Amino acid sequence: MANNISKLNIGWYSFACCEDNTIMFAELLNDYFFDFKAHFNFIDAPVLSSNRDQVTPLDIVFVEGAANCDEHAETMKKLRQRSKKVIAIGSCACTGMPSAQRNTFDPQQQEEINFLIERFNFGEKVLKVADVIPIDGQVTGCPMDLTAFMNAVNAVLAEFGHQPITLKQ
Amino acid sequence: MHHDNFAFSVKQITKIEGHASLDVEVKDKQVTKCRFAITDFKRFYTKAVEKKPAVAAPSLLSRICGTCSNSHIMASLKAVEQALGIQVSEQTLTRRELVNAGLYVRDHALHLIVFVIPDLYNLDSLLDFDENDPVQKTMIENLFKLKAAGNHLAIFAGGRAVHAPDMVVGGFTKAVDLKEVPNLIAELTAVRPIAIELVNLFSNVNFSLVRNNRYLALTGENHYDYLFSHTLKDNQGRIIPDTEYREHLQHVAIPYSQASGYQFDGKDFMVGSLARVNINKQILHPNTQKDLADILSRFPSNNVYDNNVAQAIEIVDSIDRAMDLLQAGNFDHQPAVAATQKSGEGIGIIEAPRGTLFHHAVVEDDKIKSYDVIVPTGQNQINIENDLKLLIGKNMELTEDKLQFECEKLIRAYDPCMSCAAHFLKFKLKKAK
Repeated sequence: MANNISKLNIGWYSFACCEDNTIMFAELLNDYFFDFKAHFNFIDAPVLSSNRDQVTPLDIVFVEGAANCDEHAETMKKLRQRSKKVIAIGSCACTGMPSAQRNTFDPQQQEEINFLIERFNFGEKVLKVADVIPIDGQVTGCPMDLTAFMNAVNAVLAEFGHQPITLKQ
Repeated sequence: MHHDNFAFSVKQITKIEGHASLDVEVKDKQVTKCRFAITDFKRFYTKAVEKKPAVAAPSLLSRICGTCSNSHIMASLKAVEQALGIQVSEQTLTRRELVNAGLYVRDHALHLIVFVIPDLYNLDSLLDFDENDPVQKTMIENLFKLKAAGNHLAIFAGGRAVHAPDMVVGGFTKAVDLKEVPNLIAELTAVRPIAIELVNLFSNVNFSLVRNNRYLALTGENHYDYLFSHTLKDNQGRIIPDTEYREHLQHVAIPYSQASGYQFDGKDFMVGSLARVNINKQILHPNTQKDLADILSRFPSNNVYDNNVAQAIEIVDSIDRAMDLLQAGNFDHQPAVAATQKSGEGIGIIEAPRGTLFHHAVVEDDKIKSYDVIVPTGQNQINIENDLKLLIGKNMELTEDKLQFECEKLIRAYDPCMSCAAHFLKFKLKKAK
């Protein structure tokens, strides 16, 4: 344990995106697996665990991707209610793009995708996370910059009274 | 617990890339419903790329999928460069092969270590291993070293392991850092025994499901050619030029899935590591063949769980191939080759870690006129569902939790990628000139 303070409950969720930030996070495990285990309880992270806990309050939730449908937006709202901190990670979460490319389609392109928009109940527009819920921080980039992510992690650890994770070269 | 009738749903399959669900219903001991649905919402990349500069297509289309991003870049480069009449240098081919070798090591290791290994130890998650147990801690540390080596190789050759920024149409934007070559050789040498151990670990697992025996993969002439071959081969030994590949595929609309499925000549089939090792094991790297001879003797295999073993074998093969390329040291940087034509058509078929990846570009006045992508998981989707039906039919005595677990375990064995699978808009039949 990093110090005598309780581990933080975290969640890791992805919405409309390519999940490049999840992959980059998986790369960080190469160097920081035991550090993350020391600081965090992974309460709900489907990429790491089959145990889906969608009830326990969270200290931090990392949100990757944009809202592409009403269900995405509703899930984001529930996460906002459930978590003390919401950190948007990666370009789609922070800006909507490139997942929001359909927002910029010309009428002909729009017409060509409309049958799918209707069949699968897409939202009218693709929304970045901050368009749906207030966020407490963001790490931009496509994919996210790993140093920026670790700095964001250490900043939020400090807010909860944890020692920072020592960054490796 | 189960008897003649039961049903269950898994809203989100875990420990895979992206989002998928499973709905099962059994009546009178017959599987009446088995819906493996890819639930990632489409992001319409093949539509969005239209009218964009052709040279921008590889970078944009890499955003179809994070974990497969470098595969999408290299398939797109192959297609766009063919369309623009570009013949890249040997140095460029070497670096792309190193990017690919790094990707195979990193991506297969991610799947096997983070997603599958907990199943072998009856654990839910990699997080459940006990770091206070020196044996377990050493195993975890070694496996992460192996995964990191693939990452470092891709960074060296392409600038980043995800959405590699240095790979562009015609070549690379900058030279490699030659000082890193001996470090990479030393790192790969150090992790190769870990990769061998990973092969041994998975080869001793007794998971088994045998049903289909139809496979397809690119094949090379004198080494395990993932990137540059233009020839596919099926498990019958039939040779298929890449220009004819698309004619053999039938698009299958799956109304409950965001992704399209495909059949090959009207039947389900499998692409990926198992297909490649089944079809191409004789052209694996000689050192890989030598050191894994006993385990390779089990191939061709129709046990779908041997896809995990095949992935581990491909990690060793990728390390051996990368060592050759690094030691040859053909890294003189050259400017990107310019286009010789403004309009054309190109096919880029490569073997991505998860299987055969098809890109097809039609370029007009330097802009993308139309673009098609067919990904491995789309090709495997029907096969996965049919395997699930067999698995459920053979295991109705299991508790619901156990049967769900077995279904997820089977899906994981395919290493499916939902981000890739759910990008399509529609199917267009095109043939390269």
